[in-house]
Amino acid sequence: MTAAPKAIVIGGGLGGLWAALRIADAGCQVRLFSLFEVKRSHSVCAQGGINAVLDTKGERDSIRQHIVDTIKGGEYLANQPPIKSMCESAPGLIRTFERMGVTFSRTPEGILDQRLFGGVKNRRTCFAGASTGQQLLYGVDQQVRRLESQGRIEKHEWWEFLSLLLDEDGICRGITAMDLRSLEIRAFPAEAVVMATGGFGQIYAPKTTTSTNCTGAAASRCYQQGARFANAEFFQFHPTAMIGTDKTRLMSEAARGEGGRIWVPRNPDDARPPHSIPESERFYILEEFFPSYGNTVARDEASRAIWRVTRQMGLGIGGSDRVYLDLTHLDRGFVSKRLGAILDIYRKFAGTDPLSQPMEIFPAAHYPMGGLWVDFEPDASGGMRPGSLRNHATSILGLYACGECDYAYHGANRLGANSLLSASFSGRVAGESATNYLKGLARATAEPSERILTEEVERQTAINRRLMESDGSENPYRLHRELGELMTSKVGVVRANPELEMALAELQTLRARLGSASLGNSRAWANQTLSFTRQLGDMIELAMVVARSALERDECRGAHYKSDFQIRIPEGKFPGDPEYEDYRARWKANNDRWLKTSVAEWRPDGPAIRYEAVDLGVYPPTDPRDYR
Amino acid sequence: MQDWIHLRIRRQDGPETPAYWQEFRLPYAPDQNVVSVLMRLREHPVTIEGTWVEPVAWDSNCMEEVCGSCAMSINGVPRPSCSALIDDLAQPILLEPLPKFPVVRDLLVDRSRMDTGLSRVKAWIEIDGAWDIHEGAPRISPAEWSENYLYSRCMSCGCCMAACPQYGSHSDFIGPAPLAQVRLMNAHPTGRYDKTDRLHRIMATGGLSDCGNAQNCVRVCPKAIPLTTAIGELGRQTTLQALKDLFGRG
Repeated sequence: MTAAPKAIVIGGGLGGLWAALRIADAGCQVRLFSLFEVKRSHSVCAQGGINAVLDTKGERDSIRQHIVDTIKGGEYLANQPPIKSMCESAPGLIRTFERMGVTFSRTPEGILDQRLFGGVKNRRTCFAGASTGQQLLYGVDQQVRRLESQGRIEKHEWWEFLSLLLDEDGICRGITAMDLRSLEIRAFPAEAVVMATGGFGQIYAPKTTTSTNCTGAAASRCYQQGARFANAEFFQFHPTAMIGTDKTRLMSEAARGEGGRIWVPRNPDDARPPHSIPESERFYILEEFFPSYGNTVARDEASRAIWRVTRQMGLGIGGSDRVYLDLTHLDRGFVSKRLGAILDIYRKFAGTDPLSQPMEIFPAAHYPMGGLWVDFEPDASGGMRPGSLRNHATSILGLYACGECDYAYHGANRLGANSLLSASFSGRVAGESATNYLKGLARATAEPSERILTEEVERQTAINRRLMESDGSENPYRLHRELGELMTSKVGVVRANPELEMALAELQTLRARLGSASLGNSRAWANQTLSFTRQLGDMIELAMVVARSALERDECRGAHYKSDFQIRIPEGKFPGDPEYEDYRARWKANNDRWLKTSVAEWRPDGPAIRYEAVDLGVYPPTDPRDYR
Repeated sequence: MQDWIHLRIRRQDGPETPAYWQEFRLPYAPDQNVVSVLMRLREHPVTIEGTWVEPVAWDSNCMEEVCGSCAMSINGVPRPSCSALIDDLAQPILLEPLPKFPVVRDLLVDRSRMDTGLSRVKAWIEIDGAWDIHEGAPRISPAEWSENYLYSRCMSCGCCMAACPQYGSHSDFIGPAPLAQVRLMNAHPTGRYDKTDRLHRIMATGGLSDCGNAQNCVRVCPKAIPLTTAIGELGRQTTLQALKDLFGRG
């Protein structure tokens, strides 16, 4: 073998860049594809931090505790061996990032500082000012540039992944991609492909905190070509996102933690400015619903309470999807000191000052726990066997997935500051697996037959031609808005089966209407409407997976909530009480039925869902979660 | 209160075709920024004369001013468009592609020259490989950290380059953004090992000495990065380096 075997990585966020680095470090040639310059990827949006047990705060923090917190946070739905390996690898990843020059915040002694984050008891989160994701991404971006200058990584920025090249045996042998400027479609043969294409919050647009490019189109294309898609019904909603018509921007939970109060006028038609509405005419939502927790109730409870008040009780401000998040009663100096970064974001994008006027917020789709199904090989220690080429392999041989586009680490809900960790760790693992797969290939590394290449390029070119020539009546951007409204109202924070049935029917209609979309843009150069319309079709396919998976799962778990299937802890009862033991038995029976990964496969008439056992070898569920 | 949002947009169909202007008027709505207005416009791209035209091409991604995609010239000032609030802008709002960079289409430009600049100055830390060596980097004091952090937030939006009179197709000047990264990398405890090499790279043609000290860069940087401070520090570093080179103590 003369030339190094070729690998392709799609996506230039944290996961993709780690995968590319790992493959190049092992001496294999990598082509890296991205829709834009890689350093603009959505990883930059993560503000808070990255979890790793360093135990430098005198709290006897342990890796075991990080593992348990991650498992419980995901309500046991994630396979546990990958979680174990991720948490064990976290300190080493942080040290590597530090060597890359990442500007982590420091203690007075000059070592890495750690802060407390949601859902855990110990200070375990490394951070870099208020822009941790940006700093981590730049760290690996710089390393990728270093290897690029040595000719070991070849970047294809402004290229869009369109499809996989699958050979006669269904093995992935490369991709087709489109130059987003010239619109040229080309086949790129490769022996291994790594998907690192991020999440799909855009199916909820504009009520999402994700970037405009987080469409999930790339993962959807793999799914439509046969890759399995897992746990799609689990989508984390963030309760306090500032209103915007382009997107909703995250307002950290710290605002509630530091004393922020959420309220609406008791009379939705009250047109007075908020400060002139007397206390007696304000409805403090969380304080009335949750007297003991008040405004610091958990993320999902807060989202559902706001949902109930705005959508079910019709009490949103002026009848809209808005409630107040109020800091104006707090000491201005205190708030400025503790929440400076958040205040700046709000001032910058809303143009008003939260110190003198309450912020206006609503829950927003933030992070999908689900994604492309990926495999792992357990080892004797209970972790993932290092170097196994099964780790992060999708159901298509030769195709790997990592980062937010896979489903592996977060189960039914993600712990804060675990996303940057899972993206980095899984990127490195996927890179390693792809490398080992390349090195172990038994077959001759001859390129796939010319016929496969030309046929796939022709198929993709035909799709473009049809879209460019279509002169229907539908505007793709308006259809996207309809998709977002549909998903937000019927497949969102609170779910019910009749609405989910309706959503599926409406998605079928949207899919049909997209067939008569008109681009209104005929130029064969940098045609953004063409690319977007294709992505929209893929978003609708993914939305169907989300809705179908949600319909079929009749329980409440993590971010997936159906009030008809809630099992409540009996009030005032504790372990040993017959009522509590009865509850525990129901909880166990529910786990026997539903503690399973949902796995979707594409079918022409909509996704087919089946269930798969979860590996609970590290920390099996024995007790229900009880936050009392 | 205005009834309309009035836009004048400089359009260009491709890199080699002539530019032209179009005007659009959208009903006023609160809580709008330039990106959200462009999003509305593409749903109904009709000019003020009532002509249906092709939607305007532009670039955006995070819309939180951290990805750097959406920079353009707004009323003559280079800035990210996601944080340009309509209520703060004089109308008609003039939207033009970010100056100094080749136009791809409409407001979409090609900023690959920024990337070339970063490669040229070796804006990275040399590491043995992206694996754990069981120790981190040397310690960094909080004071040093807070200075470095200012520079590490550069998102390559290109505003500083667009505002710089020395930068552009007429010159080889590398521009302020890559220079600031030299300042950052040279301050890192192990990045320092390649300081001499980086300094030599900015002492060559198109390097530091091409800076005309107009100070436009620091005025337009959306992240308030002290670019001129970095350039000043690099001036001292290169002077010292030149003396070392002269006396053979490289």
